Amino acid sequence: MTGPEEPGLRRSGPGQLSRDDVIHVANLARLTLSEAEVDLFTAQLRTVLDHAADVAALDLSHLPPTAHPLPVENVLRPDEPRPSLDRAEVLAAAPSVEDHRFRVPRIGGEAP
Amino acid sequence: MGARDVAAAVRTGQRSAREVTEEALAAVAARDGETHAFLEVLADVARSRATAVDAAVAGGRDPGPLAGVPVALKDNLCTRGIPTTCGSRILDGWRPPYDATVVELLHAAGAVALGKTNMDEFAMGSSTENSAFGPTRNPRDREKVPGGSSGGSAAAVAAGFTPLGLGSDTGGSIRQPAALCGVVGMKPTYGRVSRYGLVAFASSLDQIGPFAATVGDAALLYDVLAQHDPCDTTSLRLDSPATLEVVEAGVDGVRVGLCPDLIEGCAPDVAARVYEAAEALAAAGAKVDEIRVPEFRYGLSAYYIIAPAEASSNLARYDGVRYGLRVDAEDAAAMNMATRTAGFGAEVKRRIMLGTYALSAGYYDAYYAQAQRVRTLVMQAFERAYTSVDVLLGATAPTTAFPLGDKVDDPMAMYMNDICTIPSNLAGHPAVSVPFGVGDDGLPVGVQVLAPALAERLLFQVAGAVEAAAPRTEWSA
Repeated sequence: MTGPEEPGLRRSGPGQLSRDDVIHVANLARLTLSEAEVDLFTAQLRTVLDHAADVAALDLSHLPPTAHPLPVENVLRPDEPRPSLDRAEVLAAAPSVEDHRFRVPRIGGEAP
Repeated sequence: MGARDVAAAVRTGQRSAREVTEEALAAVAARDGETHAFLEVLADVARSRATAVDAAVAGGRDPGPLAGVPVALKDNLCTRGIPTTCGSRILDGWRPPYDATVVELLHAAGAVALGKTNMDEFAMGSSTENSAFGPTRNPRDREKVPGGSSGGSAAAVAAGFTPLGLGSDTGGSIRQPAALCGVVGMKPTYGRVSRYGLVAFASSLDQIGPFAATVGDAALLYDVLAQHDPCDTTSLRLDSPATLEVVEAGVDGVRVGLCPDLIEGCAPDVAARVYEAAEALAAAGAKVDEIRVPEFRYGLSAYYIIAPAEASSNLARYDGVRYGLRVDAEDAAAMNMATRTAGFGAEVKRRIMLGTYALSAGYYDAYYAQAQRVRTLVMQAFERAYTSVDVLLGATAPTTAFPLGDKVDDPMAMYMNDICTIPSNLAGHPAVSVPFGVGDDGLPVGVQVLAPALAERLLFQVAGAVEAAAPRTEWSA
């Protein structure tokens, strides 16, 4: 973790969020944005990230990160057959089904 | 009529569950048009459940501690064969193939699920205005929001439709609407109540909890829900001691930490009610001292990195393949994109993008890892505070209910609603909002009691004392 020694405010975190960042992130999240939405979300997300700048500027390198409020451990159960969800009921919720499988359009080419 | 009264009347055969159910259904039919607490009323399911309860009573079998009590379920709790939307177009029409564990526990306890309630889409919001199906109005003032994200369940209890409701609380989504609607809302310790069948928002923060008109009724419902569940790997393997019996135990000798860091950012009328509650607890025998926890100020920023980061991962499952909406396109990737673009509302898109950004290469350390360290900082601050006090006392929400439309275009202003509730989510601790008088506008104020992990008995004990000291407020339904 790099950062100022003393807690304090910076203009922003690691650089101001750009329009291009928003377009890139939307693409990663599989969302399409209109030009107007790119402008709106860029401004709104900057406000949230600016608010986080006071936290980004704290020197907390002495603290371990916490991912979870509990000490999480693997939970295992005996590997025995038991009832599971009803297949017909599960497939009934799918938008498209063929031969007991989820049907999707062609998968191919580059990811967007 | 409160939940304990209804259950006692049904258990002793003074009233039938069917009669109670018909009354509740009639009230919803007559009055929910103006409140819009419910997205779906389960009239047939409720009637058949009530009939089964009555049959148990007639047959001399124990109908359970919630016999015949109508309950409102937030629409992110899975109900088998019954639409569960999470307030989102992307799940419109989805019928889950299983019941959430809490729904099974309610049924086993004799409760009658009356309907599914409105919510901010995927529980992201503080006003219930982010629902794809239109907002819920505050039953105390219909020009005001009910709070959120569990605004529908809070409103259902406040309007008197059901004595009990279930919500989920990731950053305050039970406690804040409870405060704004003038009811009791409680978030248990993380892991006390099974999350199996709760549609995930931020898995390390989400927790299901009760709404009720009184602390005792909330304790009754909490006691039914707090069970180990093998279907949830984060469910605690601990017995949960009953809380209902301590609600009237008083606070003699209890050390209450009045926390200015949970008050100073609030409106003066809200702050005044918290100080009055502290004085009342002192008069009831508690040892009240002011205690500073300045680290809480960093909680909001950390939360609005951590929760979106977890949400961006959890909501990747809405891809148009297995359930919910699909918008067709020439290939799978384009279908995926078209489905998500059409199915998610603006706030959900904002949070997914924020979380994706905070987790992306180059920003992970500065935002996400840093927010996780703040989480440690907040947990250590709680630990320090609880060496000198038993519970903390503060406000639940910074203001009383605000006008519909007031904050929808300003996400940061909306997020500030959660400033007093977030620390307990970051630490996984229990906390409760208890109505305590009204603000200058005559609308309800909620006082928040916070307790260490697993200290629900103490939490309900102090909450009961706050309630006993609160000014009487009569609301016209």
